[in-house]
Amino acid sequence: MENDKKKFDELDEYIKTIHATEHELIAVLHRAQHILSYLPREVQEFIADRLQIPVSKVYGVVTFYSFFTMEKKGKYVINVCLGTACFVRGADKIMKAFEDRLGIKNGETTPDGKFTLSSLRCVGACGLAPVVQVNGKTYGNATIETVEQILKEYEGE
Amino acid sequence: MEKVHIKINDIPLEVEEGTSILQAARSINIYIPTLCYLSLHIVHEHKINASCRVCVVEIKGRRNLAPSCSTKCTEGMEIYTNTQRVIRARRTVIELLLSDHPTECAMCEKNLKCQLQKIAAKMNIREIPYVGEVSKPNEYIKSEALKRDKAKCILCGNCVEVCSKVQDCNVLTFSHRGFKTFVGPAFDVNLDESKCVACGQCVNVCPTGALSQTSCINEVWEAIHDKTKHVVVQVAPAVRVALGEEFGYSLGTAVTGKMVTALRTLGFEKVFDTNFGADLTIMEESNELIERLKEGKNLPLITSCCPGWISFIESEYPEYLSLPSTCKSPHEMFGAMVKSYYAEKMGIEKKDILVVSIMPCLAKKKEIRRPQLANDGYPNVDYVLTTRELANMIKEIGIDFDALENGRFDNPLGESSGAADIFGVSGGVLEAALRNAMLTTEGKCKNVDFMDVRGYEGLKEADIKLNGMDLKVAAVNGLKNARKVMEQIREGKCQYQAIEIMACPGGCINGGGQPFHQRKMSKTIIGKRMEGLYMQDMSKKNRISQQNPYIQKLYQEYLEKPGSEKAHKYLHTSFSKRITIIK
Repeated sequence: MENDKKKFDELDEYIKTIHATEHELIAVLHRAQHILSYLPREVQEFIADRLQIPVSKVYGVVTFYSFFTMEKKGKYVINVCLGTACFVRGADKIMKAFEDRLGIKNGETTPDGKFTLSSLRCVGACGLAPVVQVNGKTYGNATIETVEQILKEYEGE
Repeated sequence: MEKVHIKINDIPLEVEEGTSILQAARSINIYIPTLCYLSLHIVHEHKINASCRVCVVEIKGRRNLAPSCSTKCTEGMEIYTNTQRVIRARRTVIELLLSDHPTECAMCEKNLKCQLQKIAAKMNIREIPYVGEVSKPNEYIKSEALKRDKAKCILCGNCVEVCSKVQDCNVLTFSHRGFKTFVGPAFDVNLDESKCVACGQCVNVCPTGALSQTSCINEVWEAIHDKTKHVVVQVAPAVRVALGEEFGYSLGTAVTGKMVTALRTLGFEKVFDTNFGADLTIMEESNELIERLKEGKNLPLITSCCPGWISFIESEYPEYLSLPSTCKSPHEMFGAMVKSYYAEKMGIEKKDILVVSIMPCLAKKKEIRRPQLANDGYPNVDYVLTTRELANMIKEIGIDFDALENGRFDNPLGESSGAADIFGVSGGVLEAALRNAMLTTEGKCKNVDFMDVRGYEGLKEADIKLNGMDLKVAAVNGLKNARKVMEQIREGKCQYQAIEIMACPGGCINGGGQPFHQRKMSKTIIGKRMEGLYMQDMSKKNRISQQNPYIQKLYQEYLEKPGSEKAHKYLHTSFSKRITIIK
């Protein structure tokens, strides 16, 4: 909770520095998700209050864009690229391997809160297809074997 | 204004610049069907959504079909409203909408009043060529006053428009996207947990059965047939000038007499008039106004008859709860008198009396649950039925409304002054209070017509001289305008001593429980109902509340005088901050 307060303060500071109005809603949501990793109701109400707009408007925007999430994410977010280039080089099999190994589906989080599995569309590194990203770190030329290596790297931590 | 020359179906026509194709076509009686088209021009200039594409037309030289509701006429435009291409496109739109819409029309609240159903009938839709997934399950989500069914929503956005732009309540919103899009409160909570004030304006503009009222018709039938209960009914002023619309009468016709007979036929033991409660409200409220003016405290006095407005101030401006009059709304005062004065007079036990109110309003359904609106352990009012529900009950038992004799309200609670009739229009409560306050303080009220506070405008001001004092008063309708006035108060810039606020644009005559106006908040509908009530007022012998002999009798026999201890117990209430889950 103490930690949360710090995060809210950081968000508040950001809103103040850019003198955010309702036109900056998306930028503020972006920053909020960066700081808190997700956008629960309290955060949306906080933003609505600070920007002086109805919370229904904030909620409408949050649910419209698939980038924004109201679900708490795991410590490590595994993103499997399902863009065309990665897909033709077997990204679906990589995704399946992660799903089987973690026991969760694409979009879900493991019960221990460690991993969230999700997908994205093209990171612009098609030469390395198929590509997997974990918290922004990129792994290229992924195979079923590297799935195991990637998970090992983070499971120990 | 510049004129432009166009042709519709080869008929040459001159229209003002800025006229939409739809308006131009209607002016020469060319029918273009609409589904999402919403006309709010008496309320505010609004953006046309053009979300349904039912009204498309073909324009010579243009590649795509254009929505006629939002496309403006330009010089030389040649428009065709019924080509094969147009008809095909319209049919496709309707078929696609129906492919993701429940087809349980016979059981739907809006059966025979649904715009989608009407258009499907007109376009001869007999089968739906599209098979596929259905986006939302067909289920009713009930709140205290409103019922929603997401599956029936065609995403036209009319409700979102009135909730945000007209009422500034911002409860309803579009959420999610694509096939999963739906309309509802933030975080998909129940309306009762949101800041919804239950004004019901969204219900009035919904073209389908996605939004409707929470009905209590069955409970009222049970009560009527329960031999151990003495069930009395009271009718709000705005109901009598709108009920006729459900039975083919022209707009604004007062059907008071037939309505009274119909209520008796339904089986109510006594048919009383909320107008009596309105006269009583005026006695108390004008007394309160005079007191507050004397003391110079808690000004401006704001009226408290409208439960939508009360919900609004309780959640949005709780720091100003000393401003609304402490008077209960007329039907609650009435209920309190039925279960005390009337009960004692008639020798009936309070527990055996049930009070049913016929109201033009949805917020009243929510209001009767307020714990503050009860006396001696019994709620002042037990059930609220809307004008539409009353019409449904009359139809249900096969009453030939047109053939009914004109009946009269029962006494002692059925007599009223003309001042009570105008409670149903914006400005009416204020006018009634001024008449009474003038007669009380000056001993006479020569001119009872306060024309400055009449009409549809959202904010009407008047300068009044009352007993040597110069007063500035205002009548406000629509919650967006109410917010503006409250902001003035907050900034210390408010110059009024008395303000009347009604949540619905135009007042109760345009309430959320009235017969559907087909998404046209226009002068022809609201204005006619308004005229109807002023005519009722004009026709009365007594036009000031204290001139009502039964009111005088009530004070002599029971309440002593306005503001007495007993009056406070039964006729006044309190307000408290409303905490909602969604801020």
